[in-house]
Amino acid sequence: MSALGRQRWLGPAMFLPAILYVVALVGVPFVLAFFYAVGDVKVGSVGYHFVGLANFKSVLQSPAFLRALRNSFVFTICSQILVLIGANILAIALKNAFPGRRFVRFIILLPWVAPVSIGSIGWKWILDSLYSVINWVLIRMHLANEFNPPMWLGQPTLAMMSVILVHTWHMLPFATVIILAGWTAIPKDIPEAAAVDGARFFRRLFQIELPMMLPIINVAVLFGVIFTFTDMTVVYILTRGGPYDTTQVLPSLAFFTGILGSDLAEGAAISLFLVPVLAVVAWLMLRTAHRAEVT
Amino acid sequence: MAIVQTRKLTKLFKKGDPGAVVDVDLESREGEFLVLLGPSGSGKTTLLRMVAGLEEPTSGEILIGGRVVNDLTPRERRIAMVFQSYALYPHLTVLGNISFPLKAQGTPAAERQKKVEWAAGLLGIGHLLARKPRELSGGERQRVALARAIVREPELFLLDEPLSNLDAKLRASARTELEQFQKRVATTTIYVTHDQVEAMAMGDRVVVMNKGSVRQIGTPAEVYDDPADTFVATFLGSPPMNLAEHGNVIVGFRPEHFFPVTHLAGDTAVPEDLRLDDRGGGPYLPLRFRVSHEEYLGAERILYGGIEGGPFDGKRVISRMSSTHGARFESGSLHAFAVREQELKFFDREKGTRTAAVPLNSGGEAGGPPSPSDSGGEAGGPPSPPDSGGGPGGPPSPPG
Repeated sequence: MSALGRQRWLGPAMFLPAILYVVALVGVPFVLAFFYAVGDVKVGSVGYHFVGLANFKSVLQSPAFLRALRNSFVFTICSQILVLIGANILAIALKNAFPGRRFVRFIILLPWVAPVSIGSIGWKWILDSLYSVINWVLIRMHLANEFNPPMWLGQPTLAMMSVILVHTWHMLPFATVIILAGWTAIPKDIPEAAAVDGARFFRRLFQIELPMMLPIINVAVLFGVIFTFTDMTVVYILTRGGPYDTTQVLPSLAFFTGILGSDLAEGAAISLFLVPVLAVVAWLMLRTAHRAEVT
Repeated sequence: MAIVQTRKLTKLFKKGDPGAVVDVDLESREGEFLVLLGPSGSGKTTLLRMVAGLEEPTSGEILIGGRVVNDLTPRERRIAMVFQSYALYPHLTVLGNISFPLKAQGTPAAERQKKVEWAAGLLGIGHLLARKPRELSGGERQRVALARAIVREPELFLLDEPLSNLDAKLRASARTELEQFQKRVATTTIYVTHDQVEAMAMGDRVVVMNKGSVRQIGTPAEVYDDPADTFVATFLGSPPMNLAEHGNVIVGFRPEHFFPVTHLAGDTAVPEDLRLDDRGGGPYLPLRFRVSHEEYLGAERILYGGIEGGPFDGKRVISRMSSTHGARFESGSLHAFAVREQELKFFDREKGTRTAAVPLNSGGEAGGPPSPSDSGGEAGGPPSPPDSGGGPGGPPSPPG
């Protein structure tokens, strides 16, 4: 084969694995989800009947779904706000050199590096109704009633808070690393000029440094939203959506309905409600990336 | 307007390092344009940053307006600084940039508006207020940075190489502008630069620094004409001062003071071209100069070569003259040159500091009186004492 001929095939050949991967693992399931959502497929069923929007109708009438939809937004928004605040505080603390900084950075990165399931199982014990260390400490400090301690995973509000906090714990390192990179991208001169211009810490932070980092913070938030909105690990391990589906989010509900409940069609319909939100976030991400390039 | 003083100011970045700034004692005058001049790494920017409060001194004191400010934040020092990069806030408009210091000190909006207009008008950037820094040229950015600095009428201006990001042509005009601007607002200014032309042109006084310490403080004329040591002598001037070791001293003379002479008879010499020597008077030290090559720079000519015979035999020296001097200097040719004795500077050979003039004799330490056979009277200087030994005189060589 001539050199030119080889070159003509080299590009597509290098590209092919990526295309196969996307088509097989993203494209096919996605199309299949649409296909299932308008049919009557159950685990183990052999036939396929087109049922139109019947699945969507039934889903929208189910209180569990509406609860999960609301929970998905609460879960995503609350955890992202907490992550954003926490990551900025950590980044500010970690951007200046101090003895042991490397070690602290390592410790902070651990929750991200460790498998989320292992971390969540740890938290499951920490929040356990009988063996909770938190309760043990609270009782010893006389801050909680020994005979009626808080049921971290057993009361609807507390369970939701626990799920949000554990997910925040898991997402924090990722956002911290991104925002830390954003801090180092600000030329040292500019905060110094602001200091000489008479700005104190918070004016520097809110009027100079954070606005300058906005494109990078946007990236961190958008990634965080996608990771959070589509995640079910923490919910699955900590509460299994309970008590009484009060901590169910869309991905976990889709899993419980479609896979464990064998109603593939309804599970597919539930998961398709994620698509519009993710499409908007993806569009915002592309726009932000484009803007960040310009400035 | 305030006076800045530093007392034994020292900054060590690491324990045991030689020090970025070492024992600097400095005192500005009211409304003065004080230039810190030195090569990179001389500590001038560190010194400026300590005055600004951006760097904490290791020891010593900084006083602004008679008050020790070591423990004050930059905000409390009421100073303004222009950074080398200008450090404009990229997400704010020019208006936002200039009004930022006013907002930070809580100036009411109406007054803020007035002051921004005043500062922008003073620097001729009123039409740029709505733009973002990235839409401005280098010169415009520099003006915005200056406007941001003057808008709250600080007691002290600190300028860190504000012209080094401009192209050569713009730099010259910006220099003049900046200097006139400083005279108009009459705010005490400390200006850091590594460019001697800027220092000489703008400074009321120049502080020459090297390796963290102050080598000399004086008016541009003082540091140029009366350098305190060999570092100042060679750092200022382009080409630098000629230095020649002679016994236990180093003798220096400026290239422009080293010029061709026509007639050498005994100790007298007459400049070939009187325009080359209009300082007048005094005896000459005649020297034989073998030209190795010439640079023609348009307005001036630079001759490179070596001295033959006399007290500086074999030393490489440079002569600089106006190109209005028409003589031709072929490579390799030998010429009669001279330096007026009062233009010779003497430095201690060990320490490099200025010392008293010593009599010069031919051939250095072991030099003797000029040999009578020297037809051109090439060995010169004041007659050496008879007891200084009888070494060989300068080798006789024909005048070029």
